[in-house]
Amino acid sequence: MSAQETSQGKSGDPLVTVEDLHTYYGKSHILHGVSLTVGRGEVVGLLGRNGVGKSTTLKTIMGLIYPKQGRILLEGRPVTSTPAHKLAKLGIAYVPEDRRIFRLLTVMENLRTGLDRPGVTDARKQELLEKVFAYFPVLGERRNQAGGTLSGGEQQMLAIARAMMLEPKIILLDEPTEGLMPRMVTQIHQIIDALHNEGVAILLVEQNVPLTLEASQRVYIMEKGAIRHHALSSDLKVGDDVIKQYLGV
Amino acid sequence: MAAILSFFSDFPFELFVIQTLNGIVTGMILALIASGLTLIFGIMDVVNFAHGELFMLGAYVGVLVLSTTGSFWLALILATLLVATFGGAMQIITLRPLVGRDPLTTILATFGVSLILQNYALWQFGPVARKINEPYTGHFNLFYLEYPWYRLIIAALSAAIIGGFWLFLKYGRFGIWIRATMQDRVMAQAMGIPVPWVHTAAFAIGAGMAAASGVLFGPLVGVNHTMGLDWVLKAFIVVVVGGMGNLGGSIAAAIFISLLESYASIWVSPSRAVIVSFVVLILTLLFRPTGLFVPTPK
Repeated sequence: MSAQETSQGKSGDPLVTVEDLHTYYGKSHILHGVSLTVGRGEVVGLLGRNGVGKSTTLKTIMGLIYPKQGRILLEGRPVTSTPAHKLAKLGIAYVPEDRRIFRLLTVMENLRTGLDRPGVTDARKQELLEKVFAYFPVLGERRNQAGGTLSGGEQQMLAIARAMMLEPKIILLDEPTEGLMPRMVTQIHQIIDALHNEGVAILLVEQNVPLTLEASQRVYIMEKGAIRHHALSSDLKVGDDVIKQYLGV
Repeated sequence: MAAILSFFSDFPFELFVIQTLNGIVTGMILALIASGLTLIFGIMDVVNFAHGELFMLGAYVGVLVLSTTGSFWLALILATLLVATFGGAMQIITLRPLVGRDPLTTILATFGVSLILQNYALWQFGPVARKINEPYTGHFNLFYLEYPWYRLIIAALSAAIIGGFWLFLKYGRFGIWIRATMQDRVMAQAMGIPVPWVHTAAFAIGAGMAAASGVLFGPLVGVNHTMGLDWVLKAFIVVVVGGMGNLGGSIAAAIFISLLESYASIWVSPSRAVIVSFVVLILTLLFRPTGLFVPTPK
């Protein structure tokens, strides 16, 4: 399945292009010239050890940190240093590593933060809600419960569902399986596949190498704030030297 | 034993009932001021030192509208809307450029605005207090007192405004935006919520609520350029005792502290009764620094 879709993804025009990104936290230089592309509807993995700048790359694309140098293109238009709320309108959604559920808001209210956009009809809202409740039945059951009372796995589902409310072209997904039980990991994998089938692009940051290689069409490997390796997921295996070298698996 | 008995036999029950009523009336006004203050703090971590002056400005706009149109209710509505607009503009001009800076800069900025507004009011209106006539002058008999209905109207209107605000926060689209921004500004922005404008709107709402309380309370005290000072000090105490940024806590604390002060003034002079507020503040800071009316953090 993934092999066919890989070729589709490659032939599609680039959705997000990142060129030579340099990002700082105060004085510390975190990204040293990151360049990558994600095609329309393509799932791209971003692998690397802790602290190499994977999350910072996502935050920079989302406009939560502005880069000192480099540029970001969305569908060919420059969007570097655009505020996050405008990027969200342009079709980029973000699921952060720590999920960042609005803990005091109910599940439904968490979803409404993304749903109550101008120009979304009530019928469309209902459709989107029904869709995520079909993917994540537990969220439907707990729709009136405060987000902070959900388990870790449920919060992860809510974070993904909330991002889906924006009807994004791409979701920046930061370590969605971190700390989850194997059953939940499988479910997240299924959701990634489902989103891919719907044509949503995903830039997936993960520590789980087997899952990333299965779920994505291409992977980038980062070290020390830069991309060191780039390959088709189907060409890599968990035991390959390049994986051992950069990830120590 | 005899002392306890004599305390109860001498206990001024009538005065107690009157003071309960007085405490609730001032408590509701204070709650209205403090809700705006706590909203502004909760959403953008800004301690608004100009809040008392927005209250004062509301009262003066009320005086002006009342003297030209003769309608108290029009004065209330116009003062709320005009001061809310002013508050929004003030946020854009003085606070928005300071986002992400040291919190001290926002304290200085709002303090500066407070001085400008106070002196502007002194320059425009002079030092003599102006009067807002109450819209309804009826009384009812309460023991030996003629208790003005207007005081109860103030309490009811304040409660209605706070209740409306609560409904707006709970169910309105913008209410959810405000609550989401209060909890996690960065994630709210990533969800497409225009956080800078939510900040401006929250500031405008807080300013409007302060102005409404200024007009409502105007008839009970004179309107002058320093009228905001006492109230903002009390509102700060309430916000700290209620838990910074906690709306329900602020309302509970406003009524709690006002009742305590009114009861205290049965036995001591009102100016000494104020000490009660500070005692509550100090005890809160010592034993429950996150606020009396918030759940214990886990």
